[in-house]
Amino acid sequence: MIKKRLVIIGGGSAGMAAAIKAYELGERDILIIEKNAYLGGILNQCIHNGFGLHEFKEELTGPEFMTRFSKKVEELGIPYRLNSNVLNISNDKVVTYSNSQEGIVEVKADAIILSTGCYERNAGAIQIPGDRPSGVYTAGQAQLFVNCYGYLVGKRVFILGSGDIGLIMARRMTLEGAKVLGVAELMPYSAGLNRNIVQCLKDFNIPLYLSHTVKKVEGLSHLEKVTIAKVDEKMNFIEGTDITFDVDTLLLSVGLLPNVDLFNKLPIRISRTRGAVVNQAMESDIRGIFACGNVLHVHDLVDYVVEEAREAAVGAVQYLNGELKHEGHVYEVNPGNGIGYVVPQIVYIDDVKDKLSFKFRVRKPYKDVDIYIKEGDKVIKKIFKPAIIPSEMEIVKLDKSLFLKEANEISVYVEERK
Amino acid sequence: MFDVVVIGAGCVGSLIARKLSSYQLNVAVIEKESDVGNIVTMANSAIVHSGYDPVPGSLKAKLNVLGNAMFDKISDELDVEFERRGSLTVALYDEQLPLLEELAKRSKENGVPVKILTSKEVLEMEPNINKDVKAALFAPTAGLVNPFTLTVHAMENACDNGVKLFLREKVVDIKKEGDIYKVICASKNVYETKVIINAAGIYSEEIHKMIEPISYTLTPRKGEYFILDHYSDSLVKHTIFPLPTSKGKGILVSPTTGGTYLVGPSAEVTFSKDDVSTDKATLDDVRRQASEMVPSIPFNQVIRTFSGTRPTPSTHDFIIEFAKKDNHFITCSGIESPGLASSPAIAEYVVNEFVSKVLSLKKKDNYNPYVRKRVNLAKMSVEERNKLIKERPEYGEIICNCEKVTLGEILDEFKSSVPPMTIKAVRKRTRAGFGKCQGGFCQPLVTKLIAEHFNLPLNKVLYQFEDSYVVRYKVKDEK
Amino acid sequence: MKELTCIICPRGCHLVVDDELNVSGNTCPRGAVYAKQELTHPTRTLTTTVRIVSEKEVSLPVKSDKPLPKEKIFDAMALINKTSVKAPIKIGDVVIKNIFGLDVNIVATKDVSR
Repeated sequence: MIKKRLVIIGGGSAGMAAAIKAYELGERDILIIEKNAYLGGILNQCIHNGFGLHEFKEELTGPEFMTRFSKKVEELGIPYRLNSNVLNISNDKVVTYSNSQEGIVEVKADAIILSTGCYERNAGAIQIPGDRPSGVYTAGQAQLFVNCYGYLVGKRVFILGSGDIGLIMARRMTLEGAKVLGVAELMPYSAGLNRNIVQCLKDFNIPLYLSHTVKKVEGLSHLEKVTIAKVDEKMNFIEGTDITFDVDTLLLSVGLLPNVDLFNKLPIRISRTRGAVVNQAMESDIRGIFACGNVLHVHDLVDYVVEEAREAAVGAVQYLNGELKHEGHVYEVNPGNGIGYVVPQIVYIDDVKDKLSFKFRVRKPYKDVDIYIKEGDKVIKKIFKPAIIPSEMEIVKLDKSLFLKEANEISVYVEERK
Repeated sequence: MFDVVVIGAGCVGSLIARKLSSYQLNVAVIEKESDVGNIVTMANSAIVHSGYDPVPGSLKAKLNVLGNAMFDKISDELDVEFERRGSLTVALYDEQLPLLEELAKRSKENGVPVKILTSKEVLEMEPNINKDVKAALFAPTAGLVNPFTLTVHAMENACDNGVKLFLREKVVDIKKEGDIYKVICASKNVYETKVIINAAGIYSEEIHKMIEPISYTLTPRKGEYFILDHYSDSLVKHTIFPLPTSKGKGILVSPTTGGTYLVGPSAEVTFSKDDVSTDKATLDDVRRQASEMVPSIPFNQVIRTFSGTRPTPSTHDFIIEFAKKDNHFITCSGIESPGLASSPAIAEYVVNEFVSKVLSLKKKDNYNPYVRKRVNLAKMSVEERNKLIKERPEYGEIICNCEKVTLGEILDEFKSSVPPMTIKAVRKRTRAGFGKCQGGFCQPLVTKLIAEHFNLPLNKVLYQFEDSYVVRYKVKDEK
Repeated sequence: MKELTCIICPRGCHLVVDDELNVSGNTCPRGAVYAKQELTHPTRTLTTTVRIVSEKEVSLPVKSDKPLPKEKIFDAMALINKTSVKAPIKIGDVVIKNIFGLDVNIVATKDVSR
């Protein structure tokens, strides 16, 4: 059996960033295992721009962003395997992967970083009502067909869900000559960024139907019709609000889910992000197994994925060097009023070097709010925000010295100013 | 000129064709779909019922019990996933206990071994069942089967033994001239035959009516289901049924041979035989009823909902008989549940009791009951797998991440005598795309593989039905 | 009078601009700058693909290296759709030079080695 100090599963932006950071921290015995024929992951098909504003202070397209990282991996000589699919991670950190050249390979790892990204919620997962014709795609699947395979899935398109990939695809399909008839969003606000609403929908006069969802999909063979209707606060359809569109394509942009399969049969708790429960080092319930990027919780910016991957790399290197003690004062971090989730869920404060960041999302849009971070019943940090929306992840960085080590619970919540 | 034309290539038609292929007969199977097992066989509970439920003395009771017993051999010959897990029919209320006794009595009459278990015994076997369970009927012979590979491999085996399969041929009329039937298809192709076996599933009523007026009707009864991911192997280990009602065996919770879980079906009468739509209200009801039996079903693990139509006969029993006016037309109609469990026995019954009366049956010397064995990577050791990958590297390349299906396994299917021509057909044979992402990642790759194999442009590859192209246009096409 | 949504920050202010280009509804000065630019000279970076002759790929992702006037986007698409390139290609390689004389190039955004 091969031995490796650090095995990174998934060579997308998270995996590459983690590998580079670990290398920079002195770790040399690294292996990246990537299922595709290239490093870069999903960014390969994200040909639009808007990546890298934080990381490189410029706007790059997905392929440009990923190439900067893959070139760095090459430059540093970090080993990687392409076209290699991880079949299993065992309790004692044996990673089994398969490819056509080497066959089944078992690698005994001292530490593992899982960076396998996410997958799209699909028609099955959202239990879309009606027939089951062809012509219903997840937005990302259509993106792959259009951008990489050179095939336009259809020419009359409706989009369910205002997630960013759906909005990007509304523009992309329009540019390629398709007619996008509208976008329906279940919630009363968009799940995508304002910028995308303006530049992908308004620019092309594509209507956005808020508080609407698909009531019926029709077509015994291929998709023929999509009927949407308005929903009330309890998400029940309001009668008399049906609108039917004659379409050959329905794209779904209804959320992403962490691709956490490899953890399923391990004693690792899954949090409400649908990713693993982790501590401040991005370490799961199994010591030495870390997770970062979209497999941990779905990010809106790749720049933040990269940042989190570096935190995981720091954690993994700390672990490999015996510096993660898991001793002393420990916190459980809980989402409070208005907050959907917080990462990390556990903090061993004595293992924190100097700063600690909490990442979270609000449940609904707020204006003029204070974000509170409380230890027990004492507020240790309060931040004012003029606006905060669920589609944008918030990051709060805290100095280690702010923590009182008195209570064992930290809560993050928002309060609106009146 | 054929000796026998079988109309319909569901599990019943395919197993009949396979049985016929063991005799010196010239047999054709005509199927309107692009693949075998596309309609009734596509959407059912994937259960080999033990036979405790059918009315004693009925054809259903007889063929179910006979069919169930045949599955060990047939699953070996046809290399089909089959697991005799047993079923538990649970009584959640005291007032249901007499009904459970009644079922136990019925089981004995049908020749089905069963045992009534106490609440404690039930919970030891299945800790996730409702703690209020009063008792359950345990039927150890019940099993799980993969209905897709059963049908595909039965037809493949039939074809390997000389049967001709004609797909995408919709029968529109049947005429008899002298002793010869002319089966006329929408394509204008005409198939001449001495004997017709009507195994057209939900449409067997329409086929039968082409030759004579009939006294029965088939009502399409829709069943809606949830499929849960194989997130864990311990939700339930047996098939869990509620007590049956007049509408059927009720909503079950069951593992599948693919490691996923099935919850359903509903049972509503629908107006159209083509209606396989799902709706929220019905699924909510399925969810509620299933949760009563197994409260901890994690519905956030649902990866797909689907529905299928069952051909419910007005006679309440399978209709397997000669046409009234002509014993060269044999109908197999109203094959609803327990049709899948009965299917091997139906095939024997049709051939032995009906075909034999009108054609002389001589065994083929070179009949081979075994289908070509598929590689089963999951059951191989690392060493075995590596040896195989060395010879054929494509067994090392994973195409479907969720179900871990390799390129080699997909390419093998193309070599079969019933090769997959659609996305759905690949899915049924290999599970590629059956997992949690529902083909989100692998469907483009599979589309490419089908296009390459059949030498088609990508936009001519079908998802399942006619006109259901996976992608419709080329980007930057001048037209 | 024109109305638009500000895209500078997540707040998404509802901006109102009168005929003299006076902006109201903004909660910070950046909103006013955005509104004026958007109304006088809206521009967009175009990202799309172009056909490529290559062993590995059928399409090459490209972008305009500077924002294009919004009204030129579909004209640019028409021109790009008629264009084809050959591998090898490197990020930044010019696919269409100085499109419509606007001092904007269409450039490759991916390396394609062969």
